[in-house]
Amino acid sequence: MSNIVKIALRNLLRYKRRTLLTSLLIMIGVVAVLLFSSITGAFKSLMIGQITDSMLGHLQVHKRGYVASIDNLPLHMNLGPQDMETIEEALDSLEEVEAYSARIKFGGMFSNFEETTNVRLNGVNPAQEILAAPLLPKRVLQGDTGDTLLSPGDILVPELLAKGMDVKPGDTVVIVATNQDGSVNAKTFTVRGVLEGITGPGGRDGYIHIKDAQEILRIQKQEVNEYAVRLKSAGALEKVEAALAKAIGGELNKQGAPKYEIHTWEKLSPFYNIARMIDVMTLFIKLMLIAIVLVSVMNVMIMAVFERVKEIGTIAAIGTRPGQILSLFLFEGISLGILGSAMGTLISLAAILTLKIHPISYDFGRQKGLLLSPALDPAEIIVVSLLVILISVLASLQPAYRASRMEPVTAMRHI
Amino acid sequence: MSLIVSRDLAKTYRTGEVEVKALKGLSFKIEPATFVSFVGPSGSGKTTLLNLVGCLDKPTSGQLSVSGTEVASLGRADGATFRGRNIGFVFQDFNLIPVLTVAENVEYPLLMVGRCDARERRDRVDSLLDAVGMVDQRKKLPGQISGGQKQRVAVARALIGAPKLVLADEPTANLDHDTAFMVIDLMKSLKEKRKTTFLFSTHDPKIVGEAEIVYTLEDGLITDREDRRASHV
Ligand SMILES: Nc1ncnc2c1ncn2[C@@H]1O[C@H](COP(=O)(O)OP(=O)(O)OP(=O)(O)O)[C@@H](O)[C@H]1O
Ligand SMILES: [Mg+2]
Repeated sequence: MSNIVKIALRNLLRYKRRTLLTSLLIMIGVVAVLLFSSITGAFKSLMIGQITDSMLGHLQVHKRGYVASIDNLPLHMNLGPQDMETIEEALDSLEEVEAYSARIKFGGMFSNFEETTNVRLNGVNPAQEILAAPLLPKRVLQGDTGDTLLSPGDILVPELLAKGMDVKPGDTVVIVATNQDGSVNAKTFTVRGVLEGITGPGGRDGYIHIKDAQEILRIQKQEVNEYAVRLKSAGALEKVEAALAKAIGGELNKQGAPKYEIHTWEKLSPFYNIARMIDVMTLFIKLMLIAIVLVSVMNVMIMAVFERVKEIGTIAAIGTRPGQILSLFLFEGISLGILGSAMGTLISLAAILTLKIHPISYDFGRQKGLLLSPALDPAEIIVVSLLVILISVLASLQPAYRASRMEPVTAMRHI
Repeated sequence: MSLIVSRDLAKTYRTGEVEVKALKGLSFKIEPATFVSFVGPSGSGKTTLLNLVGCLDKPTSGQLSVSGTEVASLGRADGATFRGRNIGFVFQDFNLIPVLTVAENVEYPLLMVGRCDARERRDRVDSLLDAVGMVDQRKKLPGQISGGQKQRVAVARALIGAPKLVLADEPTANLDHDTAFMVIDLMKSLKEKRKTTFLFSTHDPKIVGEAEIVYTLEDGLITDREDRRASHV
């Protein structure tokens, strides 16, 4: 066996330039796949983190039908005290749930005493909200929100609105809203801070205290219309969704349909489709890598067999068995794959290391200066390397088999 | 017991419609430890015969046993193993493996048939390289030595597995006169020392003079057998 390895490696060295070119080609493919998947992977998890940690949470629970009509922020699908008790009990019982925030979302008019415009608002309990959406405080661009984020009487104004209406922290503004019964109510607020807008649903909403929301909307009892749930780990998403569906999905309304609906962030955010698209692109790049390896290794191996017909005839004549000849050429092809993927992995690691030292800064929508810190998943390296080696074997199989089936006499006559 | 027994051995090549009767029924026996030459004009069937004896090609009819084995029935892999264990080959154009050094070329059959440990391999390689006078060239690649040296290495490679039979199809055709004699003398002395049978074909009448037994082939038939051992004593 070691003799076969020795001969295979020496033959690769004998055609140094060809070996180098082929493994360089494979290397480029490997680098493309590894860098693409690590950078897009970092982008994906950063974006998903932004979306879940600053706004949506991982999961949301509403009255059935709420999400379908979320654009007009209906108030007739609120969750009453009974519902809240059911939902909170279910959430409290789930191990993987880290925190949740009950919100009242509603639309109103925003006035700076000179002009009036529309605004979408979340009435929240700040302590709960910070736990469920830990990145929210980081979105405060102007104003000092301290640990409390906001107190009754305060409002966090979305960036674009603040700019358009020319308000800044400390200013007084008026919120006017129509409640469920159609009566109009107004309340003055102090601008506590200006919120950075983010991409995705709810990324341009303002925030007020839940008590103020109930006051404007003249809600007497406890009432909310959304639960945003944060999990201890994003990986538990499906598990929690299923457990929650089991716990509260059995609750039926008077029409006999389920009372509540549960949505994961994937169903709520359009970014999920971007993430899926990135996965598809990664797949395509992998297919290209497969094509590169297949074509280049097969090409080299066909040449190698063709150039060495006489040599193959000779070693067959002096007692080399067909299986040994097969392994000789297979090993040559595999070595090309191993060399290419080893070089590719090294280059990729070096590139990733460079990116760690000088992270990529990029803008996504209105978010500026997001920092990407890509990492190489060892599993991905192993998968890509094994893929390359496997394809090298496949590519060498036919030429190697042909070599092993040569008739020594015919082969030795070859010049 | 005879080393090679051939009875009515025939070989017909078919290429499309054309048939060439290269061997038309040869019967002969070759004893162990003899130095045998096949001579005859071009196209008389020397190469064809050596290929059959060397288990590199199959006869169309007739029987052929080498060292007690009916070689016509061997499959591809068994044939390779049989050759590796029982037959050494010396080729007209040397056919050394270009990426292996002189010593590694000689060692090659031992590694492929794989029957001895590293120490024994080294001893055997050294003693054969010494016998063919190539010890000081052992680290060189085939591309770095002359034709005569290559053929000496090839002889050493053919003998490394201690085969009972070495086949050489025109081993001296690519060598100049003096070198040719040197290689033939080398084979002859190794035949004496190792009790190996050498079977070679040649065109060269001067080389034929070195053989103990000379078969003459003409148009696929043996037309003459001359045993020179008796007459020389
Ligand atoms: N592979 C083949 N296919 C068809 N015919 C062949 C083949 N090999 C040899 N022959 C024919 O068989 C006959 C014997 O050829 P062979 O090569 O055995 O002769 P030879 O005695 O070795 O000749 P030379 O001295 O020129 O080497 C010739 O007529 C040749 O044309
Ligand atoms: Mg011939």
